[in-house]
Amino acid sequence: MDFNFIVTQLISGFTMATLLFLVASGLTLIFGVGNIFNFAHGSFYMIGAYFGYQLVSVWKVNFWIALVAAGAGAGLVGAAAEFLFLRRIYGRAQEGGFQILLTYGLILIFDDSVKLIWGTEYKSIAKPSGFTGAVQLGDILIPTYNFAIIAIGFVVVVAAWWILAKTRAGRIARASAVDREMLGSLGVNVPLVLTVVFGLATALGGMAGALAAPLRSVTPGAGIEVIIDSLIVVVLGGMSNFWGAWLGAVLLGEVNAFAVAYLPAWSTLFSYLVMVVTLIFRPEGLFAATRLRKV
Amino acid sequence: MKPMLRLEGLRKSFGGLRVTDEVSFEIQPQEIAAIIGPNGAGKTTLFNQITGYLAPDAGHVFLEGEDIVGLTPQKIVKMGVGRAFQIASIFPDETALDNVRAACMSKLNQTRHLWRPVEHFNRATEQAFAILASLGLEQQADRMAYELAHGDQKLLDIGIALVLEPKLLLLDEPTAGMSPEERQLTRQLIKQLWAQYKLTLIFIEHDMDMVFGIAERIMVLNHGALIADGTPDEIRNNKEVITAYLGEEA
Amino acid sequence: MMVSSSKYKFGLLWSVGFVAFALVPVLVTSRYQMNLASHILIWGLFAVAFNMLWGVTGMLSFGQALYFGIGAYSIGLFVHHAGKAWYLPAIPIGLVFAAVLSFLLGLLVIRVSGVYFTMLTLAFAQLAWQVTFKWYDFTGGDDGIQGIIAPGILANKMVYYYFVLVVVFLSVWFLKRLAYSPFGLILRCVQQNPNRVRFIGRSVKMNQLRIYVISSVFAALAGSLMVGVDNSIHTDMFFWTTSGEVILMSVLGGLNQFFGPFIGAVILILLEDIIGAKTEFWPLFLGTIIMIFVILFPKGVVGEIQHLRHRSKSAGESGGRHETHASA
Repeated sequence: MDFNFIVTQLISGFTMATLLFLVASGLTLIFGVGNIFNFAHGSFYMIGAYFGYQLVSVWKVNFWIALVAAGAGAGLVGAAAEFLFLRRIYGRAQEGGFQILLTYGLILIFDDSVKLIWGTEYKSIAKPSGFTGAVQLGDILIPTYNFAIIAIGFVVVVAAWWILAKTRAGRIARASAVDREMLGSLGVNVPLVLTVVFGLATALGGMAGALAAPLRSVTPGAGIEVIIDSLIVVVLGGMSNFWGAWLGAVLLGEVNAFAVAYLPAWSTLFSYLVMVVTLIFRPEGLFAATRLRKV
Repeated sequence: MKPMLRLEGLRKSFGGLRVTDEVSFEIQPQEIAAIIGPNGAGKTTLFNQITGYLAPDAGHVFLEGEDIVGLTPQKIVKMGVGRAFQIASIFPDETALDNVRAACMSKLNQTRHLWRPVEHFNRATEQAFAILASLGLEQQADRMAYELAHGDQKLLDIGIALVLEPKLLLLDEPTAGMSPEERQLTRQLIKQLWAQYKLTLIFIEHDMDMVFGIAERIMVLNHGALIADGTPDEIRNNKEVITAYLGEEA
Repeated sequence: MMVSSSKYKFGLLWSVGFVAFALVPVLVTSRYQMNLASHILIWGLFAVAFNMLWGVTGMLSFGQALYFGIGAYSIGLFVHHAGKAWYLPAIPIGLVFAAVLSFLLGLLVIRVSGVYFTMLTLAFAQLAWQVTFKWYDFTGGDDGIQGIIAPGILANKMVYYYFVLVVVFLSVWFLKRLAYSPFGLILRCVQQNPNRVRFIGRSVKMNQLRIYVISSVFAALAGSLMVGVDNSIHTDMFFWTTSGEVILMSVLGGLNQFFGPFIGAVILILLEDIIGAKTEFWPLFLGTIIMIFVILFPKGVVGEIQHLRHRSKSAGESGGRHETHASA
């Protein structure tokens, strides 16, 4: 076992984990606060990637500005989707099924809209200047862009922690997850909270898409791949457990990195198996404090 | 004669809160007993422990001499304990008839049949009609349960419980939400059912007309503890009971 | 009670429907259209079987494609690897495999409920998709396997069509009897008030397991019928979008109506045929249609029609019977 190899995989896995976390955390937030399973979350990732492409490769905007703008753009689309559509099915009987269908409809619309606007050829974004090279650590070569991703992920994690734990807005969001009705009767504008949380969560996902774009090409199918992976992360971490999502992302990212190296054909199979096992034995997540009571 | 139900030192706490505090009492077969007490006294929680929905922290529940603590609710139902709930527990999108018929077919072990339509099961259908009739609901047989008046839904709830021929029937606030006329009718109905089905009856109530009207025995709970247990006359004059109620209002 | 008159109406609808489908090969001009009708019949069966899980029992499985794929791949793999003689025997083998697998998986998936149940069923189906996708040597991977033709007279497209028609009608008839049977009643009760079901002495989980197996076996039957129509198998049969189609058909037609999903299949397949011919942006249209139905017409076509009929009826009589479920 090559030490260099292990380190390379660890870092690459951590990079993937960061991207995964950015997407999955949004999914977790939406489920935790709004009790919505946003099946279309991967589409916002994709939208962020396309916005990034448009800004960077076509309009030649500065990469970092484009990153924020792409995220914001995806967030606005997300907030609009929640406000115009998702809101109308809250509280319905069989809400779960309708949520899945509604978000499925959004996936179809977004995927085709993207094809309509940008065509079906693969697009690409160049890495930002200054991060195109690699850093040498001993015998290992690590792309500097990976560090950028990890750094940004770190900033987001800290910011999210700070907002959730230290601000009033964060407390309201956390309270929403626990008891929406109570919060409403305390005078909080719950619908607004839901829309804002949805927007922020999709903005995160969109930013992840733009951030990942230099590493992979920008395609209409990107959303589908991402949603399944995010799903697995969220299951591992616990459906409404924000920090669990981080641990889940790291777990999946690393498992994937090493699995791809050793059993390339079956690595994705392995991830599904992990998800299945978790759902059966620990549906509340691997890292949850309380067990789900089964009746 | 063995008591139908005997509670011995039943205890339950949620966190630091004692919801059932050393409750012990005996109910004889075919007795009618009422459990009363201020809101939050732990009456429904007591029912939950008797019917197996909640496990007590300590103590015993004996049904005709057998300890039923730890048994599943289904098992306890099969042993003859019926229950109607504070919020009527019915099947809202089925007809009143089907609500009872489902229970009848379950009793007759016919629920695995997957070919013949429900209407063809004559015995279950007749039994269901008979129960609806004894509740005065036969006119509503074809109405959807969610369409029924609130009071009728509670009667339907009782009907479902009666299908299983319980020896012991627990009713949780059977007249809650009813008008005074409905309450009087229900009072008579319950007395009738008690005689007709030879039930041992325990009901939780806030309606004192109902309590002092048909109960032979009254138990008073306050803060989870049994503070009085006796005949209606004894309870009426019990100072502790009066304080418990007045104290709550003050 | 109104049973006898609605049964008469029912019988009429059945006969009309059967005759209509039976006349298709006689009336239509192209093989393509007959194929379309086959697709409608098969998807109709799949959707109705799925809705026994969702509309009737309240179990939103996002993974019925797993069994659909098993039904199809059973035939495809046997024929491809063992020869044409295995086409017909492969059908019961596939059904038995689906029954056993759904029993075993059912034991696992019923341990969880709600969104976890939905995700777990999705995960299992996707697992199967991954396996068939990656195992190129055995399954043909993303290329699938082509040239699977039913033996004997079933190779004739018209004969096969009638074969599908008979199998689908018998199956749907069986499922309808099931929906109106005591078992069906208990399933609906499980959805409406599982606690009370336990209270009357029935096991919620056992009943959920039973319908899961039944629904899955019929999904496999639908899959096996499909092979003879398209003469091929493809990994897409296991993909989550296939599971999504039957969910969609149920909503389009009406998930609280027994025939709703069948009508939903008719609508969806015809729409796709018409619009798909005019534009490559069918997903955009489909997505929009989904949004419209989910938000504005959640009862589905049949459901909304029933709702209007009873609204006008009870304008006359007070408290008239309002059917919200399992009616023709």
